Amino acid sequence: MGRHPRSGASGLRASDLRVSGLSAAGPRSEGTSAPIARRRRPPRVPYALLAPSVAILVVALAYPLFWQVVTSMQQFGLAQQFGKPPTFVGLRNYVDLFTDPYLWTVVVRSIVFCLVNAFVTVLVGVGVAVLMKVVHAGVRIAVQVAMLLAWAMPVVAAMTVWRWLFDYRFGVVNAGLTALGLDFTGHSWLANPLSFFFVATVIVVWMSVPFVAFSAYAGLTQVPDEVLEAAALDGASGFKAFRWITMPMIAPVLSIVLLLQIIWDLRVFAQIRLLQDAGGTPSETNLLGTYIYSLGVGSGDFGAASAVSIFVLALTVALSWGYVRRLLRDEEQS
Amino acid sequence: MSASVVTRPSAVRRRRPRVGRMAASALGLLVALVWAFPVYWMINSSFMSSIRLQDGRVHLLPVNASWDNYTSVWASGSFLPALRMSLAVTFLTLAVTLVFAFLAALAISRFRFRGRRSFILAVLLIQMLPAEGLFIAQYRLIGSLHLLNTVLGVSILYIAAVVPFTVWMLRGFVAGVPIELEEAAMVDGLSRTQAFIRITFPLLAPGLVASGVYAFLQAWNEFTVALVVLQSDASKTLPIWLRSFVQASASRDTDWGQVMAASTLIAVPVIVFFLFVQGRMTSGLVSGAVKG
Repeated sequence: MGRHPRSGASGLRASDLRVSGLSAAGPRSEGTSAPIARRRRPPRVPYALLAPSVAILVVALAYPLFWQVVTSMQQFGLAQQFGKPPTFVGLRNYVDLFTDPYLWTVVVRSIVFCLVNAFVTVLVGVGVAVLMKVVHAGVRIAVQVAMLLAWAMPVVAAMTVWRWLFDYRFGVVNAGLTALGLDFTGHSWLANPLSFFFVATVIVVWMSVPFVAFSAYAGLTQVPDEVLEAAALDGASGFKAFRWITMPMIAPVLSIVLLLQIIWDLRVFAQIRLLQDAGGTPSETNLLGTYIYSLGVGSGDFGAASAVSIFVLALTVALSWGYVRRLLRDEEQS
Repeated sequence: MSASVVTRPSAVRRRRPRVGRMAASALGLLVALVWAFPVYWMINSSFMSSIRLQDGRVHLLPVNASWDNYTSVWASGSFLPALRMSLAVTFLTLAVTLVFAFLAALAISRFRFRGRRSFILAVLLIQMLPAEGLFIAQYRLIGSLHLLNTVLGVSILYIAAVVPFTVWMLRGFVAGVPIELEEAAMVDGLSRTQAFIRITFPLLAPGLVASGVYAFLQAWNEFTVALVVLQSDASKTLPIWLRSFVQASASRDTDWGQVMAASTLIAVPVIVFFLFVQGRMTSGLVSGAVKG
């Protein structure tokens, strides 16, 4: 499910909420109290507490994952859906896919789309964060409210609105550009794949910038004013201070935000699917998510769909590994 | 800051050009306009008739606003069933997720046991996995359980998707309540269970609310999984309903006023909820990095 700020509130993290919610509760002291707790309680209890969560994760995630690994090595098409037993074909689905130039087209397209979107989002997001830092409080609040509105929009509602904005006959984008003297009357934005992805990028960036902007802004407010003042006294220009003091101090935040954007932009299913509804040839605009959908739900080739899914999962795990390790390390230190 | 330093920063600030600050403010207002515009345009269009929307001019304000589009959507017959479906799925997901995740959070923050580290690792990895990497298999699973197009079927998948992050979030809250508080209560004669219910549980309320909002937003907005496992007309949740409403309207010259009214109906509760809790989510996923 979309654990993306676009589709909800995944910007939350426990440690922040802990601070805001329970700062009055005082410092934690697990270190001293945990051994007492351990001695007093029978060891069965934690497993009983975990059981419901583990059970649902096994049923709804681990089992499908297992099924998917098995199916990716089977001939599993429409005939199998009507009862014919699937046959084991080893790695043939993978070989077929990886020798199919179309898969590589989709993979390259997805990676380019993902990197462009992630970098543009982070650049714009940092720009907005810097703006929020330097402008008057009134303007800052206006920017923050606008960002929150965009962040809160459910993805399907947002896509519908953007479809209306870019509508070829009555859309306000065409009307506005025509009013500026360019002739965009009746221009269809989604027919050409490049312009389709341009629209998709505008929408994805619009949706994702708020999370980056707020994270980067939180990072910026941690840079002590004294340091920047000292730099100014030493004659550093505003840009130099930004480049040599602010940037290194917010770099850790930016690297995590960039990584999360890359992972999230690799899986832009809803946005692409809904834009394909609005126009745009699916075969020319498929990214990995919509390709899996068209293989599995569309043409019933579950073997091939599973193989591509495994590939996407492997890619995601490889990308997320460092981030997860870091969270785990923080957890152990706390 | 000591008094002697105060004069100098102001001197520095005076040197900064006024024009720059004006330009920044202008740019800031422009950014705010661009980001708020689609939301404004949705609401604006939802109050206009399709004749006005298609007269070839841009109407920045909904003059002659009417609720007609909303009444048509409401009366369309498919909105209320979708609303009911969404509410059922969302509350089932919310309730079960909170109970399951709360128990698991207790386990990992109050106990040290074998497998704890593996569980945390699994929780963190799972929350990174894309629905797009599993939805075909989940579709087959729900199909083989004969739960396609049911509240229970889609909720099972939602709960599994939301539980990992909720556990991670609640873990922080539980760990934030010092166990000494419970122990003090036990010294005063309460049993461990009583101490937990009377002392710890009330302190966890903000955490439960925050996780509940998270689960609510996820289940309410979810599109991908719903698209796959809820294919019958009678079982659509609101996002899927909105998509088919747009498609149906597009097949006979899209009535954008109605479509925007439908989008507004789905978005407004979420926006209200979101603005409510925003103070808690601004620092985001990265505070660990800020402090470190």
